[in-house]
Amino acid sequence: MEAAVNKISHWLKHNTFHHSDFWDLKKLVESKEEQGLTISLCLPTLNEETTIGKEIVLFKSELMNRYPLLDEIAVIDSGSTDKTIEVAQAFGADTYLADDILPGLEKKKGKGENLWKSIYQLKGDIIVFVDADIKNIHPRFAYGLIGPLIYRPEVKYVKGFYDRPLTLSNITRPSGGGRVTEILVRPLFSLFYPELTAIIQPLSGEYAVRREVVEGISFPIGYGVETSHLIDIYSQHGLEAFAQSDLDQRIHDNKSTRDLGKMSFGILQTFLTRSRDLGIFSDIKQYETVFRQFQATQNEYEALEFEIFEDERPPMNTIPEYRKKYGLD
Amino acid sequence: MTPFNNPVLDNIIQELPKMTEDLRDYREIILANLAMLGETPAPTFKEERRVKFLLDRFTELGLSNASMDEVGNGIGVLEGTEAKRNILIVAHADTIGEHHANHNFTITPDEVIGHGVADNSLGIAVLASLPYIMQELGIKLKSNLILMGGTRSLGRGNLEGLRFFLANSKLPVHFGLCMEGVKLGRLSHSSIGMLRGDITCSIPEEYDFSRFGSSSAILTLNEVINKINDIRLPKRPKSSIVMGSISGGGTYNNIAKKAKLKFEIRSESGELTREIGNRFEEIVTESSSVHGDEVKLDIFARREPGGIPFSHPYVKCARTILSSLGVEPRLAPSISELAAFIDYEIPALTLGITAGDHLNENNERIEIEPMYKGIAQIIGTIKAIDGGCCEQD
Repeated sequence: MEAAVNKISHWLKHNTFHHSDFWDLKKLVESKEEQGLTISLCLPTLNEETTIGKEIVLFKSELMNRYPLLDEIAVIDSGSTDKTIEVAQAFGADTYLADDILPGLEKKKGKGENLWKSIYQLKGDIIVFVDADIKNIHPRFAYGLIGPLIYRPEVKYVKGFYDRPLTLSNITRPSGGGRVTEILVRPLFSLFYPELTAIIQPLSGEYAVRREVVEGISFPIGYGVETSHLIDIYSQHGLEAFAQSDLDQRIHDNKSTRDLGKMSFGILQTFLTRSRDLGIFSDIKQYETVFRQFQATQNEYEALEFEIFEDERPPMNTIPEYRKKYGLD
Repeated sequence: MTPFNNPVLDNIIQELPKMTEDLRDYREIILANLAMLGETPAPTFKEERRVKFLLDRFTELGLSNASMDEVGNGIGVLEGTEAKRNILIVAHADTIGEHHANHNFTITPDEVIGHGVADNSLGIAVLASLPYIMQELGIKLKSNLILMGGTRSLGRGNLEGLRFFLANSKLPVHFGLCMEGVKLGRLSHSSIGMLRGDITCSIPEEYDFSRFGSSSAILTLNEVINKINDIRLPKRPKSSIVMGSISGGGTYNNIAKKAKLKFEIRSESGELTREIGNRFEEIVTESSSVHGDEVKLDIFARREPGGIPFSHPYVKCARTILSSLGVEPRLAPSISELAAFIDYEIPALTLGITAGDHLNENNERIEIEPMYKGIAQIIGTIKAIDGGCCEQD
């Protein structure tokens, strides 16, 4: 137990960064070029017309035009019915419909599906994923995640977290994630993967990962994609493969408790599947995929049923088209 | 003989269409500066974070003397090859109103929406982008170009930032150019006389209902306003009284103990401005003595009318440049930064950059497309000054 605590403390000390550690973009770009790396930014979207324009403008201006840190900015869309694609194209991003990538495969819908397909479509040695609904977007959301991968070759996956702007006070403050993290994921990790509790916001949608790692893990297509990444990479490479970066404040619309219930249901499915595959639960039964919530009208109660099935995509490096494109055979 | 009787200006005019098109390449640079500067809080007297960002931009591009002065102005100098002339280009860095955590802009292909985007986040964003754009377009000036994000401009700030700079700068300023986000076509070369202030009415904390007087600070202020309304303004010189804001009280069921009117007196005549100001003082004194409530007048900002004439070569150049871009110049007097230049007898203009509306509301908006002409106009005007087209004989 003490060893785990020491390991976590050591990791927190050496693998937790603040985006301001990487403020010198000129130096970051020089190091990237010396290593001959290419970096792709993936923005998964579904009806994000109010925020996508600013995200592309800021990343393009600061991390392509001024400092060529990013080699491509791509929007992978799930089928938006608003002007997301039109806006993204107007500002020069590459845009793809997830369904059009690897068209020979059965079509599936979900954020995880977009992320998985981006591995095939994008060319970077490092892929940075940033959610498209961030209202206070800033270049730090990308360079804060890329920095540890450029300066620390042993780091394979960098997770974003959101604490607060730099402060000079010494007051101890609680630091953690959102409601689903604190009520579901952190208790589960504490029970079964104690070292992963060091990751302050395991469900953050902002992370950067090396291709050689991301191509070798499977992808739940829905809510469980972030949780599965952590468990799979941890199982294959250990805690030292991770780093995390404080990106300060992130402003986005909050989800309702009922929406978080659905999210938790999906995450639990992913967790149970992983735990069974990794031998933590050996005799787990097939679980239900219907999530029930209730609503009342006067004294009448009514069940609302939602089919939430965390389908998964296999590791991309098992897909023949990918192996051919990247010469893996 | 060239169409404008001046070969330098003629060259500038001929370059403008291509420059307008070339500026499209810098859309992301300008809009990113607009978002990052505009989303950084900068209420008057608290502009430090926004100015630091501006200075980072200046430093990145190697501007000399990029620094913050005693009143917080952000200044950088793009040094000219001959440095015979110093041109000060200024945008006020402060924005009306307090910022909230959720103060964010929305960028679409046609417009940018958000509080303060036009007044004056766009002005300060263009200021931040100009050195980069000029470098990329290969524009090298003979004159020194002093770029300044001016602080303490609005409301009670009373142009303190620019006034401080003009009073203390070691570089003598030969021409001034003020940039405002909106509207393209705006061309101000003169300032009108102005007095800006508050009238506050207060009733004692323990109100004695047996006393003779009004039963609410709002009613007292109402009577003051009625008396102000009775002031007869002449048709010439043009004058106006702007009642900009009124506030008072806090609940339904308690008598308002305080009420405040924010106002401006404006006139083409400095003497008339002062006369109307004197009349305000009489009204306030009279109301205070009649009601027994405390009525106070606080005039904290003043402008004297003045400026350069319509026929000044600087105005002519700016009009010519605007017209050549197909934009109708709208000449209107200003009470903004221009007034500080006028006090120091420095020829100066205020120019707008693009179209926009809903100023000082949450849905404040600027249009992206006209911005290219607006910036071409600014660069063209700077080049005209640099080329000696704006000197008076």
